[in-house]
Amino acid sequence: MTDQFTTPISTDVTMDYLSMVAAKETRQGFSGWVIPAEKSLEVFDTLNKKQGYDFLSSVTGVDNFPDPTIEVVYHLFKSTGGGPLVLRVVVDRDDPVVPSLVQLYKGAEFQEREIWDLFGVHFSGHPDLRRILLWEGFDGHPLRKDWKEPFYEEDVKPYKSRWPEGKADLIEKKNPFEDNVQFPQGFTPTNWTATGESALIDEVFVPDDKEALDTDQLIINLGPQHPSTHGVFRMLAATEGEKIVGLKPVVGYLHRNHEKIGERNTFLQNMPYTDRLDYISSMSNNFGYAITVEKLMGIVPPERAEYLRVMMAELTRISSHIMATGFLLNDLGAYFTPSLYSLEERELILDIFEEVSGSRMMCNYFRFGGVVRDVTPEVMKKVHDLVTDRLPRKIDEIDRYLTGNEIVKVRTQGVGVLTDEQAINDSITGPILRASGVPYDIRRADPYSIYERLNFDVITKTHGDVYDRYLVRLEEMRQSLRILDQVLDHIPEGPIMTGKPVYQVRVPAGEAYGRVEGPKGELGFYVVSDGKPNPKRYHVRAPSFINLTGLERMCVGGKIADTVAIVGSIDMVLGEVDR
Amino acid sequence: MIGFGILKGLAVTLKRFFQTYLVTNKLGKKHFNSPEGIQSRYDAKTEGIFTIQYPEEKQVLPEEFRFIPFLIYTLNPAGEKEFRCTACGICAKVCPPQCIWIMRKTDPETGKPSPHPAMFTIDIDICMNCGLCAEYCPFDAIKMDHDYELSTLNREKNLYSMEQLGKSIDYYAKIRPDNYRREEEARAAKKQPVTN
Repeated sequence: MTDQFTTPISTDVTMDYLSMVAAKETRQGFSGWVIPAEKSLEVFDTLNKKQGYDFLSSVTGVDNFPDPTIEVVYHLFKSTGGGPLVLRVVVDRDDPVVPSLVQLYKGAEFQEREIWDLFGVHFSGHPDLRRILLWEGFDGHPLRKDWKEPFYEEDVKPYKSRWPEGKADLIEKKNPFEDNVQFPQGFTPTNWTATGESALIDEVFVPDDKEALDTDQLIINLGPQHPSTHGVFRMLAATEGEKIVGLKPVVGYLHRNHEKIGERNTFLQNMPYTDRLDYISSMSNNFGYAITVEKLMGIVPPERAEYLRVMMAELTRISSHIMATGFLLNDLGAYFTPSLYSLEERELILDIFEEVSGSRMMCNYFRFGGVVRDVTPEVMKKVHDLVTDRLPRKIDEIDRYLTGNEIVKVRTQGVGVLTDEQAINDSITGPILRASGVPYDIRRADPYSIYERLNFDVITKTHGDVYDRYLVRLEEMRQSLRILDQVLDHIPEGPIMTGKPVYQVRVPAGEAYGRVEGPKGELGFYVVSDGKPNPKRYHVRAPSFINLTGLERMCVGGKIADTVAIVGSIDMVLGEVDR
Repeated sequence: MIGFGILKGLAVTLKRFFQTYLVTNKLGKKHFNSPEGIQSRYDAKTEGIFTIQYPEEKQVLPEEFRFIPFLIYTLNPAGEKEFRCTACGICAKVCPPQCIWIMRKTDPETGKPSPHPAMFTIDIDICMNCGLCAEYCPFDAIKMDHDYELSTLNREKNLYSMEQLGKSIDYYAKIRPDNYRREEEARAAKKQPVTN
């Protein structure tokens, strides 16, 4: 089963074409093709338009320090399913310039901005190459291996100061306020004016139609503290009257450089950190990270562990979708009633997580090669009661309560429409993509774990509006219950872990891209190991972050009030967007 | 008919509204501030009022609940605390946010390191409650606690010393009976071949 993940499934035509224009990757443990930077646009154009690789899932960088190169790694997929096509462009570390792919794949827009921000790779031809996660005055590009944070201790954990001569001190004494920031040279905070702000406003403004009546555009700022934005998320909208003509999201208020932390950590230490990405569905995050590192290590968890993993992932999906449904209504102005109804069901699911893993939200339940502990028969009974009795009843109740409601229909039908082509081009995944009519579900398109053996339908709707996204989530909860039914029927007895639990796992050198169908969309982890106890590169392809690429398309032409509904229907979690 | 969907939805809320009173009426005084009342709100069949009225009522903590590690000690016949910790440093090495500091004791006679901690500190402001230390401790010396009411007025108190971290084995047996039993059985099984 692991082979299916590691070997890219490509048609011969693609291979023939690539062998003409690109060089095969030769390093042990790596796969894919290296394309020269100047040919990159042409190659991607052919792959996109002629070979069917229309879905650019992940773009990320790898710093090869002390080698003087930086790689930009692309993971391409077909929207009809199948494995990845890994392409990389290797550029000089001192002056990295790579052609931007935004013209071909709009989904690259935010990801390229992120690479510019964190690696300092310049994307020529990018329409809006500003920093995205950090502020404009930030000194340096933090994911470069030679960049060090203020009060840098060591390159990798465990830190030597902890044992055997560990003497603790309060952290604020080591890291005093006002001294814990770095500035670029010649920077004085008091004299600084935010240049990024005016660039942002320029970006939002849409050139006037000279023929029409002379009107002024008004810039409206929503957030970062706004009750409808589900966290610290900011939008800048240019409006003409009531109509939105331009919109840009601003993210990064919750940025903590998860990936840098991840590269300092050992492989296992990253597991609890993944909980903090999308904190609504931590079990799914654990799942993605676990299968990625397992791919690198070449191990497969035992059967019972696979069933437990799927059980937890599907329970997570239900809890996340039911909450998304409730809070969408909250955004539509239904106040707290629907969201509290859905939170009740979520609480019962969290009770199960707490009993199994020890924590309601920060589960940290998965390990490489299995799960932490077995599920007791009492908990199994609880899951059984929920799945067979309560949840179907409650999902039907929500259906009865909201689906036919005329106000909900008027507010959501035809709002935030995204066509199938646009959705694929924007690299949008999850319920939003399926609501636009693309039957793309990684559990079916590129199966992992035991999903191949389970019966369930991929739900699609055709309109691609907010109402359809709500319907897709509702139906997916029912499908998850179907999966859970099968899991509960067939779960075998047996071990829950391959080998002995070890805290220092041996990960051979190589790269792996693992992805799961999280509740929000495709959650991918790209991990590069160089054989050391810490990952050389640890990248998270965060679904809610990339789904935001489509926000502008969805909002333009609508009203400000529709924006709130659209943001609710994207169902983003800022812990994952900002990382 | 326009409006029918809204009415159908409102019937759901109306049903819920009456249900809260019906359920509370049925259970009577037992519904609040009693163990069975709290337990009823965990049940898959529960309807009506859902919330646990903290701090008057408290959540029922499952055995595996984890919050801030503690160190297990046993009392020796002289009444002194004997920590199980051998200062091997695995917990400090596995800790993801690196919030554990251990200073190993040195034998005053030989000058060599002895398997006891001289100092063991956890900064609970940094601790992320992941439970990896307890999971990988080979001596069952560090375990996760159930006590979550830790607020203080002074942050300096959150640097827990060995004194504050130490809790007796009886406390551990009380909060995690199943784990305790399992570990004691494993210990006994390990000792068996040596005595034979």
